Amino acid sequence: MAGLKRHILGGAAALSLIAGAAGAETIRWGGSQDVTSLDPYSYGSTFTLAFLNHVYEGLVRYNGDLEIEPALAESWEILSDDTWRFKLRQGVTFHNGAEFTAEDVLASLNRVSHESSPLRGNLPSYKSAEIVDDHTIDIKLTGAYPLLLNDLTNIFIFDATWLKDNGAELPTDVTKGVEGYATFNANGTGPFVIDERVPESRTTMNVNAAWWDKPVHNISRIEFTPITSAATRVAAILSNEIDFIEGAPIQDLPRLKGSTDVQVIEGNALRTVMFGFNRREKLEDGRDNPFNDLKLRQALAHAIDLDLIQKRVMRGSSRNAGTLVAPQIPGYQAELDVPVEYNADLAKSLIKDAGAEGLKFSLSCSYESWVNEEELCSAAVSMLTRVGLQPTLDIGPRAVQSPKMSSGKSDMFIFGWANEPMLDSYSILVQALHSRDGTAGVFNWGDWNYPEWDALIQKASVELDRDTRLGYQTEVLKQARDEMLFVPLHQQPMAWATSKKVTEILQQADNKPRHWLTVMAK
Amino acid sequence: MLVFLIKRLSNAALVMLAVSLMAFTIFRFVGDPVELMVNEQTTEAQRAELRERMGLNDPVLVQFASFVGKAVQGDFGISYRNQTDVMSLIGERFPATMELVLLATIISLVVGLPLGVITAIHRGKWFTESIQFASIIGVSLPSFVIGILLILAFSVNLGWLPAFGRGQVVDFGFWSTGLLTKSGLLALILPSVALSFYQITLVMRLVRAEMLEVLRSDFVKFARARGVPAHRLYYRHALRNCLMPVVTMTAMNIGSLIAFALVTETVFQWPGMGLLFIQAVTFVDIPVMAAYLVIVSFIFVTLNTLVDIAYALIDPRLRNATH
Repeated sequence: MAGLKRHILGGAAALSLIAGAAGAETIRWGGSQDVTSLDPYSYGSTFTLAFLNHVYEGLVRYNGDLEIEPALAESWEILSDDTWRFKLRQGVTFHNGAEFTAEDVLASLNRVSHESSPLRGNLPSYKSAEIVDDHTIDIKLTGAYPLLLNDLTNIFIFDATWLKDNGAELPTDVTKGVEGYATFNANGTGPFVIDERVPESRTTMNVNAAWWDKPVHNISRIEFTPITSAATRVAAILSNEIDFIEGAPIQDLPRLKGSTDVQVIEGNALRTVMFGFNRREKLEDGRDNPFNDLKLRQALAHAIDLDLIQKRVMRGSSRNAGTLVAPQIPGYQAELDVPVEYNADLAKSLIKDAGAEGLKFSLSCSYESWVNEEELCSAAVSMLTRVGLQPTLDIGPRAVQSPKMSSGKSDMFIFGWANEPMLDSYSILVQALHSRDGTAGVFNWGDWNYPEWDALIQKASVELDRDTRLGYQTEVLKQARDEMLFVPLHQQPMAWATSKKVTEILQQADNKPRHWLTVMAK
Repeated sequence: MLVFLIKRLSNAALVMLAVSLMAFTIFRFVGDPVELMVNEQTTEAQRAELRERMGLNDPVLVQFASFVGKAVQGDFGISYRNQTDVMSLIGERFPATMELVLLATIISLVVGLPLGVITAIHRGKWFTESIQFASIIGVSLPSFVIGILLILAFSVNLGWLPAFGRGQVVDFGFWSTGLLTKSGLLALILPSVALSFYQITLVMRLVRAEMLEVLRSDFVKFARARGVPAHRLYYRHALRNCLMPVVTMTAMNIGSLIAFALVTETVFQWPGMGLLFIQAVTFVDIPVMAAYLVIVSFIFVTLNTLVDIAYALIDPRLRNATH
């Protein structure tokens, strides 16, 4: 293993380090999972990207209100439908002192879009880039594409020379069985510099004194420790061993709130959880698919008591949903966001009309994808049983269930979509509502096909005027609701907890910690 | 003796081959790693291509053969999730697990031996009966419950000991130890106590049973008649005669403690091999799972083989029986 090794400390030095570690401006972060790698282009983990955003930055970023603002790029213009020109910020340096130039942008774009990069889907429209001068670069796209900036918030910029010197120009390819330098080493432009990394036990960062932006935070050091067991994480913050957890289990919130040393920050995440249906001609077992009948889908929606789920399963922390996207997502319309009314009698009569009394089918869920998922699905199964259907719960780990759901082996399935990293309803439209066609409809698990939606989504994909584009998107969302393509349930709760030492912290609906905006008591 | 050794070693190799073949058959059912590796916007064609390049579409036997072929050269590949060399991943975590297991073993002996003797000598008294009863709880409480209870008591309420992690460690070449720093030692206490609970009971019950046997034997009666002091008799003469099976069992059980450590490590976020394995299962990290299973079966097989060899050295009849 090359790169970051833990420091060898003599006894005295080690002890003084521990004593000093609890200083006022050190934030001790207990993560719900470990960072998979220091390489942002390595694994499809939103958490890892959010963490690495402290070290690496993109050309643009989301500000405190989830609006796009300049970061490493100062400004941009659209030269033609498929060419964007970015003016880069001058005087920015990487952590190793190298100057930030257009070369770095080119190398990073090539790296993330390389065919062995597992994250090349994060930049779907990219074709090539051309350096104009040291601080200007043209990005060429495969066609007109309105959401390039949204995508670029997640494309972090490496130092080209550093990549070259360390043989890391290409992303690490697990199939080759050779480790990559960037897995253990980092060199970004961000507000914090990686100090050491011991996988599964500790990743620490020190403040970057040479950061180009004016820091809001007053943190000098971040000490990140993954604590995957939720009970231990809660114990650790209660015993004041850590200052911040981003995954506070909702069943422990009353306890955390009861402690005088802990503050809880709650919100509703962007992710909307819903139930979807298989829409192929036949079900997996060869029966004609009854879910193609709109009446049955409506019946299922009326049979699920959202208020009860909100109160009992989600302990009052979720937000009932009527449409497929959260209010923060462009394309959302408040008129659509009226939860389907719970009405068991109506559900029963609709089931009768559809001739589906006593219908046997499976509801597929996983254990760990969404908040309290197992309880949620069990509750839904008993609600559907009560209106005279015979659902069975099919539950397993996500790695087993996802392939089943996407290949039509489940009749009804749970589905969650946050519209990340794009933060635009175009994300769910093109990925889940669009019919399966090349790059579109990857998450169209039920294999439904609505040509007029496809046409509207297609129009939105090349429409550079924002209002017109969102008009198309809202129209599809409205029709999806009329068709009851999905039964929307709720926006998931998210809960963080901090020690009293943290005085200011920003929790956005995307559930990403941004400690460059965190302030601690002196 | 040489024939005996060769036979034993080839047996060991066969066992490891069988374990890894079984592991590979099971991997078909743990799910699809690609679903977790790529991000949401990856197209179906890109996913299929990655699956193909990773060799996941090959028949089990082909995957197995390529794994064995590389494994005999010491190459276990790199982790799908961490993109790190699997051997160094496991190598880094091995010391953490071993320190935990060894300390738990020591605790179980230090506590279990005297308890066993006491419960044997004072059979039927109220306090030995309560120790016996408490030991049933020790066996039947799942170790994660014990772990959580210890954390609640000593970290949350009393605030004496850390709830997670390994504290500050010091490196000696490939071995990292937490035994040389204060925070490292403090962090070791709770997990090793949690892990040793079951083992304490086992040692105690074994010693008790053996003691009861020995106390009935003639030499004890003679010693008593000669006027050997009770303390000296129990702890010197009688206990010594009970130790052979205890030593054997302790050595054999190090293997199962490593397996048990998996749960304890998860509760205490102890960065050992068990935690690594649990993570690997969650993320369908096949190279890590395969290597872990092979290494753990290697440890089991080695311990067993060593015990067998030791027996053969001690008792020549066994050596002859295998010819």
